[in-house]
Amino acid sequence: MATIVHAAETLTAGRLPRATVPVSLVGSVLLGYALAILFTGGANIGLAVALAYLLFLLVMEIATRVVEGPRQASDRRATNLVVGAFVLALLPLGSLVWEVLSKGIPRFDVPFFSQSMRNVVGAGGGAIHAVWGTVYVTGMATLISVPIGLLTAIYLAEYGVRNRLSKAITFFVDVMTGVPSIVAGLFAYALMGLLLGPGSRSGFAGSIALSVLMIPVVVRSSEELLKLVPNELREAAYALGVPKWLTIVKVVLPTAVSGLVSGVILAIARVIGETAPLLIAAGFTASMNNNLFENPMMTLPVFVYDSYAHPGTDVQAYWDRAWAGALTLILIVMILNLAGRLIARRFAPKTR
Amino acid sequence: MTTGVGGAGGPGAAPPRTLWEATRKQNEPMTEKLTRPPTADPDAGPPAQADPRRPGEAIFRGLATGAGITILVILALVASFLLVQGSPALFADPAKLASQGYGEFASWVLPYAFGTVWAALLALLLAVPVAIGIALFISHYAPRRLAQPLGYVIDLLAAVPSVVFGLWGSLVLAPAVRPLYEALNAHLGFIPLFAGQVSGTGRTILTAAIVLATMILPIITSLCREVFLQAPRLHEEAALALGATRWEMIKMAVLPFARPGIIAAIMLGLGRALGETMAVTMVLSGSRNITFELLTSQNPNTIAATIAQNFPEAFGLKTNQLIAAGLVLFVITLAVNSIARWIVARRAEYSGAN
Amino acid sequence: MRIKPIAAAALVTATTLALAGCATNETPAAGNTSASGGSQTLTGVGASSQKAAQEKWVAEFQTKNPNITVNYSPDGSGAGRSAFIAGAAAFAGSDRPLKDEEMGAGKFAGCAADSNALNLPVYISPIAVIYNVEGVTDLALDPEVVAGIFAGKITKWNDPAIVKTNPGAKLPDATITAVHRADDSGTTNNFTDTLNKLAPSVWAAPASDTFPADFGGEAANGTSGVVQAVTGGTNTIGYADASAAGSLGKASIVVNGKPLQPTAEAAAAILDHSQTVAGREANDLAYSLDRTSEGVYPAVLVSYAIVCQTYKDSAVATLVKDYVGYMASADGQAAAASAAGSAPLSSALQAKVKTALDSVK
Repeated sequence: MATIVHAAETLTAGRLPRATVPVSLVGSVLLGYALAILFTGGANIGLAVALAYLLFLLVMEIATRVVEGPRQASDRRATNLVVGAFVLALLPLGSLVWEVLSKGIPRFDVPFFSQSMRNVVGAGGGAIHAVWGTVYVTGMATLISVPIGLLTAIYLAEYGVRNRLSKAITFFVDVMTGVPSIVAGLFAYALMGLLLGPGSRSGFAGSIALSVLMIPVVVRSSEELLKLVPNELREAAYALGVPKWLTIVKVVLPTAVSGLVSGVILAIARVIGETAPLLIAAGFTASMNNNLFENPMMTLPVFVYDSYAHPGTDVQAYWDRAWAGALTLILIVMILNLAGRLIARRFAPKTR
Repeated sequence: MTTGVGGAGGPGAAPPRTLWEATRKQNEPMTEKLTRPPTADPDAGPPAQADPRRPGEAIFRGLATGAGITILVILALVASFLLVQGSPALFADPAKLASQGYGEFASWVLPYAFGTVWAALLALLLAVPVAIGIALFISHYAPRRLAQPLGYVIDLLAAVPSVVFGLWGSLVLAPAVRPLYEALNAHLGFIPLFAGQVSGTGRTILTAAIVLATMILPIITSLCREVFLQAPRLHEEAALALGATRWEMIKMAVLPFARPGIIAAIMLGLGRALGETMAVTMVLSGSRNITFELLTSQNPNTIAATIAQNFPEAFGLKTNQLIAAGLVLFVITLAVNSIARWIVARRAEYSGAN
Repeated sequence: MRIKPIAAAALVTATTLALAGCATNETPAAGNTSASGGSQTLTGVGASSQKAAQEKWVAEFQTKNPNITVNYSPDGSGAGRSAFIAGAAAFAGSDRPLKDEEMGAGKFAGCAADSNALNLPVYISPIAVIYNVEGVTDLALDPEVVAGIFAGKITKWNDPAIVKTNPGAKLPDATITAVHRADDSGTTNNFTDTLNKLAPSVWAAPASDTFPADFGGEAANGTSGVVQAVTGGTNTIGYADASAAGSLGKASIVVNGKPLQPTAEAAAAILDHSQTVAGREANDLAYSLDRTSEGVYPAVLVSYAIVCQTYKDSAVATLVKDYVGYMASADGQAAAASAAGSAPLSSALQAKVKTALDSVK
């Protein structure tokens, strides 16, 4: 109500000149820098930026409030805060990406992708065994988790709405997101030990551990996205006499497909870097292993962790490999992401 | 849907708090009429009756239900594994635990339980406002051309392995924030949070919380962004047409619509923060102190990190005790989720599918 | 539908990778897949302290025997002993020998029913006290002072007790940050044992895998974590495997008035001055370390290979005898010294290990 009454004011009230934002930004930066030097006696960049940002917020708040009115002021404040949050988040993320890139590039070469660590000590060698291990283990985990997760999400969003089973599932899926990764690893190790004899480690055990971690992420994100599909679409399909399951497969899923794919990719991304469970369940080897069901299988996170944690005397060679491994891991997810986007575009309905 | 917007605030009606609520109120009777078949079976759409000539419906429904039950079975297996393996330590004689384990169970696990919740809470406090900010920036503020690549980059960051976060936290972040901690301690040391002897390496619980926050940021952002983008375009345009500023439009048309999604995203982030192992292990200087001081070397360790750190050398009863600690973490997650559910349940949940 | 060039490139890359499911440095027969009938796999699980040495040993051994794959999982000593007892590993690497109550015929699933286990020392490494103090390059410390620092009783670098043994050094008036292992470890066990034996008045607590919680200080995970915390912090001190110290300063420990650096020679001497544990079988080489002898660097980690006296499967016995035999040979010890900076076993001890292994069936 109040908003509508105020709406008239915006048309008549004054507007700040366009130059206000850049001018006050530059002013705040200079003043913040000066204040930072005044306070600490030296040029502390972090403090200067923080002070400049606060000053800028204050100046813009006052200027807009005086010239344009309180509603515009709160709008500006929100914009500045949102942009501020974004820049703030870019700091650690940017620094992280820079670290991985700059330190990963030196060993990001052909031998890294054509050789394993078999019979390699010190410099040289590569991570092809770990790359393949990661692809196998994560691929298997995806094959297990996505059908279970997606079908559960469908049940929650379409069939079991608000019944007791779906409430229980939703609750326990939330609990499952909190299963610590190492417990998932121990569980898979114990389970495979029961099934195949004590101490058996294989890529498949790793897949099971990852599935335990992955399923809740798939369910949670898919459920939210399925719920967001407008009812009008379902009703239109029902009105045409389409059975419910066909409506879900042909209407609901395609509408949500881009979000679903990005949810699955997110879930893969969530588990592909898990170290502790894979170290326990999939084990450690320096050689190539193409058999998912027998013998230990190396994976990239274990490779990275091991290279970092147990370097020999030639520490730098191991750390270079660790960073290159981390970079590879990120690139794998990037490729997955691209592929996911292609799939999403292919199946998404042509709207917007 | 659009017809509802114009009459949102008729004279005499209780003023709706948001545009979204207004339209929803207006539409409720109509939607109900459309979705409810005369037989009024609440969880089945009209054509859902079992038809012997078309078994697709029954099969599909069975598959979906089966998948849901599979999840419950898996979780029951995990829980029983924890119970079976942990029970020797849970029910052991305290004297035996003191000699062969890590000491009396409750007093041993309590600091770690505290540390787990405290670190996750700090991480959420840091990450959630920022994550929602970024998600809004990408969905509603950034130019379209910029928004897509940005969303892409954020998605990628969810893939950075925890080991790398750990490396970054201990190699880059900890030394970088140490001067800040010293300044905080010197100027704001009278606040209990910043009191105590500042760590000489910067590897404190606040650093660990920053690392955790950075880790869960992409997860929360990614889901929030998806949800924000799904907000009904017509509502947004209606709000803008009525003269709302961009922020008012977001407050009225986007946020109320996205609230359940935001909460789901936060729960996902919380789950990861509670269970995160490797990064905490590498960044935090953990001990068995229960303290709220953020800047000292004597931080409470987390359960997951304790398990990861001690499991390799654990043997016999110690192994059981560590798994019992895993059970405690499981219970904590359960409790935290119950509380969150209870908070959410007090507000009606919107779903396009019911 | 249009396919963007970058996406197409990604797909092409993926396809090429898919065609190359092998590593160029592995001969096809050597891959540990079950397909090749002649290949054999030997599994060891155990101490991460041996990891660097094991890597070298595995590489050398596999080069000589291309049909054998050895997997050594550096999961930790406890995990190694558990795996060995459960029969999941053919041998275990452990930072301590099995205790008397853990020994006994029939307790090991991989061994024959009447077989006991053997503890064989294969890896010796000095533990260095590492420090990072600006302007200080040489540091000599009494065992009592080391104990006092790690127990949180000596808190300043210019404490008179430190100045006493370092008259020339420019010690700052700064708080000491003492970094210890957050995880349970054999390194902590041997280090606390050293402090307990050499400075019992200050360090009354007996040796333990866990660093005593009430002594405070900064905790870091793993050897690399401690080294990193000491390197990244200021005015820090810690303890870690000497080979991992890198460019950090290593303090000398003053024993009987003589400052000793953590060198391989000073460390290897310890087993020549120590006695084997009484009451074990003739071939068992579990030692109880005597850290107080003249000229012996006291903080030393001795890591063992635990094997069966008689294996259920004679093929496994042959593999273990070959591999562990190589580890304890002069060649193997020299290889480990170059790759991991360990202290080679004395030739007398090498001969003892060989005799013990010859009895393994």
